[in-house]
Amino acid sequence: MIAIVDYGVGNLFSLHSSLKKVGCETVVTSDKKTIENAEKIILPGVGAFEDAAKKLRDSGLDAVVKAEVKKGKYLMGICLGMQMLFEKSFEYGEHQGLGLLKGNVVPMKGYIDKDLKIPHIGWNKLHFEKPHFLFKYCKESDFVYFVHSYFATDCKESVIATTEYGKMLTAAVGKDNVLGCQFHPEKSGDVGLNILRAFCEA
Amino acid sequence: MITKRIIPCLDVKDGKVVKGVNFAGLRDVASPVDLAKFYSDNGADELVFYDITASAEGRALFTDILRETASSVFIPLTVGGGIRTTDDFERVLACGADKVSVNSGAIANRDLIGEAAKKYGDQCVVISADIKRVNGAFHVFAKGGREDTGMEAIEWIKRCVGEGAGEVVVNSMDTDGVKKGFDIELLKLVCKAVDVPVIASGGAGSQADFVTLFQEISTIDAGLAASVFHFGEIAIPDLKNTLKKNNINVRL
Repeated sequence: MIAIVDYGVGNLFSLHSSLKKVGCETVVTSDKKTIENAEKIILPGVGAFEDAAKKLRDSGLDAVVKAEVKKGKYLMGICLGMQMLFEKSFEYGEHQGLGLLKGNVVPMKGYIDKDLKIPHIGWNKLHFEKPHFLFKYCKESDFVYFVHSYFATDCKESVIATTEYGKMLTAAVGKDNVLGCQFHPEKSGDVGLNILRAFCEA
Repeated sequence: MITKRIIPCLDVKDGKVVKGVNFAGLRDVASPVDLAKFYSDNGADELVFYDITASAEGRALFTDILRETASSVFIPLTVGGGIRTTDDFERVLACGADKVSVNSGAIANRDLIGEAAKKYGDQCVVISADIKRVNGAFHVFAKGGREDTGMEAIEWIKRCVGEGAGEVVVNSMDTDGVKKGFDIELLKLVCKAVDVPVIASGGAGSQADFVTLFQEISTIDAGLAASVFHFGEIAIPDLKNTLKKNNINVRL
């Protein structure tokens, strides 16, 4: 059973549906016990970092997620959920993340070519930085769907895939049992479903 | 680098696809779910569902269809038609829509875009504008193109983006249905005026029209069409191969 953590941000319908599609028993939950009993955890998220981090803290689920990760349980963050795995975000100020991975989240603005539109919205190619089981059903240059304006940096030790948008941006991370995708696997067609399948099988 | 997107638009009324559909091997498809699956399997980068139902019963039927589609099609879905309040946003987002497109609703309620962007994020709010030349100026039309609002189109779009619309669909009423190509003049003006993604709509008649669109306007993000895809006049995989041959970056 996979627990999708529901802390009041984002639309979890597609994520839930896509996990069902790959044959994975999944529950959308904000219940501490259910998360503790799950085999794996997914931390979703859309919107602003500060608001999401606050909601996660206020729900008390940040501590639950951290404790489960410490026990060795797999955790995958998606989009803003991935950004929250890091130490800090500099989205409108400076905010604490979960600190499960080394690195920070910074704006694309001022970093990428100023002719490029922000957010980075659409289909872009995965470039593998390290072999990883999440990609066992994918190949280099497969397309996935991105929607974001901030990206993870100083995360060399965990980055497993990047994507090129003016510069190379962090697309996926994985260190031990902590994983994350900046893109939306639940919106990335068969490639995304295959990444979710690999996570389910881990 | 990010690819140019090809987006089929499905008009849905009372839970059924309105315009006739005629593919080889897929004839008279009325189910939006089946059609969405077909497009998703055949290279569509995104889908737009446009609900042209008037009745409340029809709208309920539409949300059922949306839920069913979002359970089986895993590419981005945009929903438009009859969106007037943030409750309407809520209704379609809860059924699996990723983006919500507003048109007349944003004209009638000038706070709608700002409120929705604040609640759901800019990436979720799409301004769709029906635009037609009136005495040498570009005017915004409301109510499915029946009512001239008298508003200047570029200013209107800039205002919507300023309030939080994260994407713009430009539907040229002058080129729509003519099948002689997109409205390059209008689209260039919009692309110059805003820095969010712009989607061209209205006028696609051939693969060459898409090539012209992307070659003439390097900053345009996507081409949207309905009947040329539904009637099988353009198959999306063929179109994408043609675009690629013309050095246009697409997802294949």
